[in-house]
Amino acid sequence: MKLEGRKIYKGIAKAEAIVTKDGISFYGGVDPDTGIVVEVGHDLEGQSITGKVLVFPTGKGSTVGSYTMYRMKKNNKAPAAIVNEEIDTIIAVGCIISEIPCVDKIDIKNIKTGQKLIVNGSEGTVEVK
Amino acid sequence: MRLEQIEKDMLDGKHGKSAQKSMEILTTLGEIFGAECMVDVYGVQIAGVSYANLGEAGLEFLNEMAEDGKVRVLTTLNPAGMDRENWRALGIDEEFFKNQNRAIDAFAKMGIITTCSCTPYLIGNAPHYGQHIAWAESSAVCYSNSVIGARTNREGGPSALAAAITGKTPKYGYHLEKNRHGQVLFKINASVKGTDEFGVLGKFIGDKLVENGKKIPYIAGIPSATVEELKSFCASVATYGGTALFHMEGITPEYNKYAKPSEIVIEINQDDLDKTRAELIDDDLEIDFVSLGCPHASIHEIAEIAKLLEGKNVKKEFWITTARPTKRIADEAGYSKIIEEAGAKFAADTCCVVAPIKGRFKGIMVDSAKACYYGRAKNKFKVKIGSIEQCVEEAIK
Repeated sequence: MKLEGRKIYKGIAKAEAIVTKDGISFYGGVDPDTGIVVEVGHDLEGQSITGKVLVFPTGKGSTVGSYTMYRMKKNNKAPAAIVNEEIDTIIAVGCIISEIPCVDKIDIKNIKTGQKLIVNGSEGTVEVK
Repeated sequence: MRLEQIEKDMLDGKHGKSAQKSMEILTTLGEIFGAECMVDVYGVQIAGVSYANLGEAGLEFLNEMAEDGKVRVLTTLNPAGMDRENWRALGIDEEFFKNQNRAIDAFAKMGIITTCSCTPYLIGNAPHYGQHIAWAESSAVCYSNSVIGARTNREGGPSALAAAITGKTPKYGYHLEKNRHGQVLFKINASVKGTDEFGVLGKFIGDKLVENGKKIPYIAGIPSATVEELKSFCASVATYGGTALFHMEGITPEYNKYAKPSEIVIEINQDDLDKTRAELIDDDLEIDFVSLGCPHASIHEIAEIAKLLEGKNVKKEFWITTARPTKRIADEAGYSKIIEEAGAKFAADTCCVVAPIKGRFKGIMVDSAKACYYGRAKNKFKVKIGSIEQCVEEAIK
């Protein structure tokens, strides 16, 4: 199945999906040194997003979140790609400065945790294997 | 997006790595928000300066941008986490001082004027009516759009820096006239005077806008307002309502440019303002900290504070937060001497919102509704709002 969305940041990533219905705040919500979601009560609390295709509806929280994503990339703890329903400024800027392939306008109900995905940020597509 | 040759060249990397990264940020945001083209900006105000907010991650990004990045337009900075000269007396530790300076050095290397103030419009980053700018700092965004009639969206740290390095911003949102119309009419049937009362009004309007899912208020019934009252109002309505633009009948330059909103009309009576004020005063309050200058105090406010403090003795920690250039004027005018002899402290370059003072005090008294919000949420203080006179009285009590 190939889902058509909108390109946000270029690059191709092939990795396993981790899907949540909750919004993500990278600032305060994710530990940039471990890649683990630390927001109390979050759907993904305690799980690592490192090297996965992180699939969530949209970003939330402080604009400092873009810098947190950059720090994760430098620590080799960043997700391999990001797929959103509707991108927000913080996640978009975070993907650009951290060079993380990103696609939005995807109906994320079509994706399940553990599925292998190919995210093509240059074309704006997500292939579910 | 339709790009000019120089914009395409920046995107292709012909003007260096930082310009390329910046143009990537701006074109992506432009695509997301449906901009047709870029617009040249007169000036930029950058937020995300305090090391407490930036952290090592932000600093690393700034250093990478500073490798070959130089700003193309007038660019100033938001408050830092400390007074750059008087940091030790204000309880800032050596390590924070060093890290904060690393961040400021990176900004300076890019040609940014390291003013560290949330009131750039008072100290020389002053656009005129209709000019396009790219500002971060929500209170200054609201002031420049509304009181000056310049045009800016609410930028974040990286997008403002990208605008500074390219001299461009994508043309969407508040850059377009069609998005600047008032949405909710507020009719005020009460007298509103002083920075604290304007802050209370800003909270009431901000809360109502959020309830109604709207952003741009049109305010009628304010016969006059000072720069200081408007700056306090801007900070408050931006904090509580996310507002970047308002129109005030007879006061702001665009109030009669667009149709007065009539779909949603909200009356504001004295009772409403009294209730809102009560929400900005906590129970079981023990005040051990008084802070004036949110947004940064003008020279007019400092003169007023000096007059109130002359010959008095301050009994509590008392900060006056302001821009360094304004402090220098106060030095020359003799106000600083009066204020410091009374035992109050200047905290230039910083403020009670961004300084790393979480948990250091029990209760804070301020004349700013914005400072109340962050005093509670970020620094875990109990809060009380009052006029400048009441704040000084509390400090010498």
